[in-house]
Amino acid sequence: MQRKPISYRRQRRRSEFLWGWAFLLPTVVGLIILNIYPIFYTIYLSFHKSGDFGRNNIFVGFQNYAKALKDMQILKAMRNSLLYMLMEVPISVALSLVLAALMNQKIRFRTVYRTIIFLPMVAAPAAVAMVWRWLFNTEFGLINHILGKKISWISDPKISLVSIAIIGIWSILGYNMILFLAALQEVPNDYYEAAELDGAGKAVQFFRITLPLISPMIYFVLVTRVIAALQVFDTIYMMMDRTNPALQDTQSLVFLFYRYSFVENNRGYGSTIVVLLLLITLIFTVLQNYGQKKWVIYD
Amino acid sequence: MSGHKMNRKKGTIGKLATSHIFLILVSITMLVPFLWMLFTAFKSNTEATSMNPFYILPREWRPDAFVTVLGNYDFGRLYLNTILLIIFRVLCAVLTATMAAYALGRLNFFGKNLAFGLVLLQMMVPSQIFVIPQYVMVSKMGMTNTLFGLVFPGLVTAFGTFLLRQAYMSLPRDLEEAAKLDGCNIGQTFFYIMAPLTKSSMVALGIFTALFAYKDLMWPMIVAPAKEWSTLAPALAKMQGQFTTKYPELMAASLLACVPMIVIYLIFQKQFIQGIATTGGKL
Repeated sequence: MQRKPISYRRQRRRSEFLWGWAFLLPTVVGLIILNIYPIFYTIYLSFHKSGDFGRNNIFVGFQNYAKALKDMQILKAMRNSLLYMLMEVPISVALSLVLAALMNQKIRFRTVYRTIIFLPMVAAPAAVAMVWRWLFNTEFGLINHILGKKISWISDPKISLVSIAIIGIWSILGYNMILFLAALQEVPNDYYEAAELDGAGKAVQFFRITLPLISPMIYFVLVTRVIAALQVFDTIYMMMDRTNPALQDTQSLVFLFYRYSFVENNRGYGSTIVVLLLLITLIFTVLQNYGQKKWVIYD
Repeated sequence: MSGHKMNRKKGTIGKLATSHIFLILVSITMLVPFLWMLFTAFKSNTEATSMNPFYILPREWRPDAFVTVLGNYDFGRLYLNTILLIIFRVLCAVLTATMAAYALGRLNFFGKNLAFGLVLLQMMVPSQIFVIPQYVMVSKMGMTNTLFGLVFPGLVTAFGTFLLRQAYMSLPRDLEEAAKLDGCNIGQTFFYIMAPLTKSSMVALGIFTALFAYKDLMWPMIVAPAKEWSTLAPALAKMQGQFTTKYPELMAASLLACVPMIVIYLIFQKQFIQGIATTGGKL
């Protein structure tokens, strides 16, 4: 092999380029067709009035947006999605952090606890929603029976969204706990030993050592959960009948997106709703990204 | 999951007891809905809705609700469709993502950053933004109510590419150098040396993809409304419309939909939990 190193390097670069793109091709082509083009197409649709069967779309500029921002139903759905997120994410993150901390001790039955707490993650949300609907039943539901009350969990506009959030928290607790537990197990023991020598109590250790060290994972969970919670759909779709008096105060943006796009075939308006959701999501992601510089500690 | 990191002497009995009480309470909260699903499914409708006296367990375990549900819905077909959807989604995800991830994680070439940008962009936007165009495409191809239509949005995966890229990035450099010296080209290095080392991440992606496909409600509802191509989740939604307040029937259907995945989970617990932990990534 009496080749000059230069030409060898060039050959290697050429080879990396060819192999690299060969490997990437399916994914890149797929992403462009399945995701990138649809983003633009949906934005395009949001500026159009839908013709019949998706044909003859008429350009209407910002008309859909102007209408949506005055549409009480959509404004309420926006509020509902935000409120749901503000209930589900902080409570589930705080609770699962506590659970993970407890599970990170030398404690008996931890595998049993872990198995049980993670269980809702493997159940279909449609089934989960049905059983909760049954548990929440005003007349015959288990929860009202235990409480000895007649609370209309899913038809009282004041509490229906809380009920949906309860289901959300119940469903996601195990997932968050597993992620936090994985992060906790990476924390080196020496830190605690040193803190112990300095006489720091368990609580101080948790806030001064544990939380800062797993802050990157907390940030990751917060960002992904906020995005996911803003997209709440399954439970609401399964719980709320069209005749439910609490519908307006419970339905989320994605629920309305589904209804307008695929029940009423008003794709233009449906697209407008989902673009609004995109904007809200981006605002929260940017805010969190800005905020993390103040509290997330990378080593 | 490695050993316990908190083996300090201070773990007094009192503290552990409080931990146990809290964990037991949470565990009960997690289990009650499943148990209630099970008990209700074996009750008669009058028994399920009788409050006084209130029976927790069915007085007699009757399979009536299951008979009604199985008579009205072809569960064999629902299971089959769901399994097919899961298999194809997992195959597509692991195949495409593993190749793309190797390119993004280990090779240097022009256009790589742009491609990675596409991956990140896909992950940052709410997935509903893809739904109308994807549906229009499937429908223009005349592929509604087909397996292809069901699998369509999962042909490639940005999340999986991201996940596996991290796995490749954590592998040591010398492996590739050694393979190169042995005369392997890039394809051989990938296929024989590198890809096998990311097996645990591939399993993680497989589990995640399978769970996602199993749980998905909106897409199958839109793209496969016909009975023959329905999967479990949208079928449950339909049953709720049909049986409305016949809770034993609804709970029997939910149980039928949940039990297979729960059994698989209980058998492969370790893989499930480690897999899910991996999706949090090495941060």
